[in-house]
Amino acid sequence: MTAAPAEAQTSAGAFDPARPYRLSTSVSVRPESFGALVYDFHTRRLSFLKTKPLVRVVEVLADHDDVHGALVTAEVPEAQRDQYLRALAGLASAGTIQRRDAGT
Amino acid sequence: MKLVEHFTHGLTSPICLTWELTYACNLSCVHCLSSSGRRDPNELSTAECKAVIDELQRMQVFYVNIGGGEPTVRSDFWELLDYAIAHDVGVKFSTNGVKLDRERAAQLARTDYVDVQISLDGATAEVNDHVRGPGSYDTAIRAMENLYEAGFGEFKISVVVTRQNVDQLDDFKAIADRYGAQLRITRFRPSGRGADSWDELHPTREQQRQLYDWLVAKGEDVLTGDSFFHLSAFGQELPGLNLCGAGRVVCLIDPVGDVYACPFAIHDQFLAGNVRSEGGFQGVWQDSELFAELRGPQSGGACTKCSHYDACQGGCMAAKFFTGLPLDGPDPECVLGNGEVALAKLEMDTVIPKPSLDHSHRTERGPRKDGGPVPLTLSVRRPDKACDTDPLAGEGRRLPAGIRAH
Repeated sequence: MTAAPAEAQTSAGAFDPARPYRLSTSVSVRPESFGALVYDFHTRRLSFLKTKPLVRVVEVLADHDDVHGALVTAEVPEAQRDQYLRALAGLASAGTIQRRDAGT
Repeated sequence: MKLVEHFTHGLTSPICLTWELTYACNLSCVHCLSSSGRRDPNELSTAECKAVIDELQRMQVFYVNIGGGEPTVRSDFWELLDYAIAHDVGVKFSTNGVKLDRERAAQLARTDYVDVQISLDGATAEVNDHVRGPGSYDTAIRAMENLYEAGFGEFKISVVVTRQNVDQLDDFKAIADRYGAQLRITRFRPSGRGADSWDELHPTREQQRQLYDWLVAKGEDVLTGDSFFHLSAFGQELPGLNLCGAGRVVCLIDPVGDVYACPFAIHDQFLAGNVRSEGGFQGVWQDSELFAELRGPQSGGACTKCSHYDACQGGCMAAKFFTGLPLDGPDPECVLGNGEVALAKLEMDTVIPKPSLDHSHRTERGPRKDGGPVPLTLSVRRPDKACDTDPLAGEGRRLPAGIRAH
């Protein structure tokens, strides 16, 4: 049956790159030539990370206290950071990534 | 490179993998894409199926579409379902509902990562049972009731669109709404026994337009499995990838472990390998020559000159193949009518490929319901051999259109 995407709801709220994030626990990432396929076992939604740096950002989110740090580690050029933050905001609203300090 | 171009070149693992667990089926649907009926003695054992699941887990194939035949008639079906889910391989299975009693419905409602798809090819028993056999409508509706009452949530109702049910799309939607289900409609293909019922059942050109208009107006929350991309040539692109995924993002594992480019292409020409071979499924997916070919540049033939080619991409490979059309020619249901022209031009000695396998029940299905005319499709095929004097005895060659029976 369809499991409720509870985490996506509780961690919702505006995406805040000053906060710590991580890949959602229900999400699996499969590397592909263009970036990665992302599958959420809760929502059954398949989505795509369309660049390799974005995959890297998502992978290292959990090691950083904020999103900016992950962008630096993934060597996302300064000029592209706004674009990446918008992509990450989209991933947060889809529940692909979630706040580590949600509910606190 | 655009994302869709990456898909064209193939992925490290399939996105959409269909796995038919058995050729056994309690029904004998006249359009069965896999000519199912009798179990094949060489079907994968429980242990072999589990080994395939282990491999799918390693390859991060996130979910499989399980079908058949009727998968639930395998005695180890429920064991394999649990095994897949426990190994991070979600399952969506297609069934005619025969085994979905209240107890099974409750069990499924308690299980995460499983999706159920009930096949229904008519919004009324009359239309459905004509294709799927007597009693099959009631069986499907009972299964839906059981899932609904068990609180399963949003299961799928899967409809193959035919000449006879294309007027019932709103009615199908109403049935889906009644049971809290989601409607999925897919294209009828001349695969398996579908080749025999194609002339009778495939939607007419006017109906293709009607279907397209319905999809544009009401198709937003209706699933299509991307199967109507040939209709995009009518105008706006339909949601989805709009490309043939065969061997690129899609493939089929059949009950004996053979891997085909797509579920609608059970024929030696589209056979890429077998999961029992040394490299297993992964070896077939990544190294088969056939798949490499399908992921390479494709020739659209005369179609590439058509202004709609970008939209329809030449249509469906299986639909062309099993109607005798060249793979670089138009789809038989080309919305501009080029398919019909090409079919009419087929030479008398054109060999129409037949499915490589046939597990149909050996006995004929019981008589259809009384009360109406019996729709009868006359054979349009000539004997295979010159010595077969009875023109209805053989199959494999097409009569010129001028003398075809309608």
